[in-house]
Amino acid sequence: MFYRRIWKSNLVGAFFQPVLYLLGIGLGVGALVDQGPNSAAVLDGFSYFAFYSSALIATMAMFTASQEALWPTMDGFQWSHAYRAMTSTPIAPRDVATGLTIFYAAKTTVGAIGVAVVLAFFDETRSWGLIGAVPAGVLTGLAFAVPLAAWTSSRTTPDSFPPILRFIIIPMFLFGGAFYPIEQLPDWLEPVAWVTPLWHGVELARGSILQTLPEGRGLLHVGVLCAYIVLGWMACVVTFERRLNP
Amino acid sequence: MNEPLITARSLVKKFGDLVAVDEIDFDVEQGEAFGFLGPNGAGKTSSMRMIGCVSPTTSGRLEIFGLSPTADGRAIRARIGVVPQMDQLDNELTVLENLVIYARYFDIPRDVARARAAELLEFVQLTERKDDTVDPLSGGQKRRVSIARSLISEPELMLLDEPTTGLDPQARHVLWDRLYQLKERGATLVLTTHYMDEAEQLCDRLVVMNGGKIVAEGSPRNLITTYATREVLEMRFGRGHNEEHVSEVSQVGERVEILPDRLLVYAHDGEGALATLRERNIIPESALVRRSSLEDVFLRLTGRTLVD
Ligand SMILES: Nc1ncnc2c1ncn2[C@@H]1O[C@H](COP(=O)(O)OP(=O)(O)OP(=O)(O)O)[C@@H](O)[C@H]1O
Ligand SMILES: [Mg+2]
Repeated sequence: MFYRRIWKSNLVGAFFQPVLYLLGIGLGVGALVDQGPNSAAVLDGFSYFAFYSSALIATMAMFTASQEALWPTMDGFQWSHAYRAMTSTPIAPRDVATGLTIFYAAKTTVGAIGVAVVLAFFDETRSWGLIGAVPAGVLTGLAFAVPLAAWTSSRTTPDSFPPILRFIIIPMFLFGGAFYPIEQLPDWLEPVAWVTPLWHGVELARGSILQTLPEGRGLLHVGVLCAYIVLGWMACVVTFERRLNP
Repeated sequence: MNEPLITARSLVKKFGDLVAVDEIDFDVEQGEAFGFLGPNGAGKTSSMRMIGCVSPTTSGRLEIFGLSPTADGRAIRARIGVVPQMDQLDNELTVLENLVIYARYFDIPRDVARARAAELLEFVQLTERKDDTVDPLSGGQKRRVSIARSLISEPELMLLDEPTTGLDPQARHVLWDRLYQLKERGATLVLTTHYMDEAEQLCDRLVVMNGGKIVAEGSPRNLITTYATREVLEMRFGRGHNEEHVSEVSQVGERVEILPDRLLVYAHDGEGALATLRERNIIPESALVRRSSLEDVFLRLTGRTLVD
């Protein structure tokens, strides 16, 4: 079918960033944490490096996809009017929503494969589960990008974007189970983590790579991520229609 | 057999409380060039966007190719070519890529698209720029890319929203010539414009819009004879002094119009009117007699201070 062209993704970035995060945090902090007296119990017997790096596919996907759904998507609506041009053809606003979803998926797939390839170099994370972690990353990315696209399409300026990153994305990154199990959070904060898409993505990717995920839990995570995507897409259909066909 | 290509009856477009298009009626026939003429905010673009099936109608009846925009938007859009008021080109792509990718949205196979794109770029005289990115092109060149792009699907109906605004006279004439050729090939053109000469040159029939309503309809010639006299006498008495002479001046013409810098006297015989005024010792700083044009119709219908 006719959908948007896929931009040259930055392949160098796809490898360079995860390596940086891995070396910077996984190895550095890992050396400290693994010396702690009860770290093995908290981390289910895995090293900190394995624990942290196995979440990376999900967190990187969140960042890539979220950013893509903010400024570049605003460009299509507000600056270049590319989506207006598209919808003057047989393409309708809902097709733009679908096309964008496919585009975000393609972009996060490239990123997730990049991280998976990097992780395959390390003994602790080398497993067939990496293959399952790639779609987990893509789902995570979409669970952010698709709802954000609905938001972007309802805005005329990017003023709200930095706060979104600062107050939604970054806190999830810090508290969503990427750096430590959410059981370590204060009790009142733990349920908050349960509803964030990132936690589900992290659990899914980590569970897949370290092969620790019971099947039922896995399905639950997939279900929650899909719910974010489907609801986000439905929101997009409404907001895109409103924006492109006023 | 010869159904109109577009039919609008009591067509209304509201944005919240703002009535952008207020119960307009018009028909556009197959093969004609139909114009919307009107000042800023008259509702031209709003009307065009409803015809282009990218803006739902608030009420009234609208049919394009006998189809309804609500039910058959896709099918209608597949048969029309749109040149929007603001160019919506992808500035990072080349001229050729802009055309070929747009063709994909119509499901036109890539090789067909390439062949058509080459032909169209020849048609708008941009063949030698086909591999340049769009960004550095001049306004007129971008406009021609937009027109070429809108033609890639071989539309039966073209919607052109102010196709020549912002272009220099040369570029406008090139565009007029291209549009005229399209019309000769049988395309139906619907265009909006602020330029009277453009409407006179291109339109078989036009409507004048003001404040969301159609205030006049007809061929350019026809509108001129209905709403203006054969000649117009333009006089300048110097800034601030024009009003002083309105009452004397209005005795020699059928109508007087006061513009900020000059008085327009509508008269069958402009020179005669001027001579009469001179006899009465009313001597303007400068005076000019010309044939009346669509501009006079426009000024009359869309409002300036009028003295009958
Ligand atoms: N998306 C929109 N939301 C709200 N109001 C709108 C919208 N589009 C147009 N309008 C309003 O509708 C009215 C008619 O606008 P329209 O763009 O149709 O005028 P126009 O005749 O094309 O003017 P111009 O010659 O300046 O292009 C204006 O008052 C405008 O502010
Ligand atoms: Mg307009």
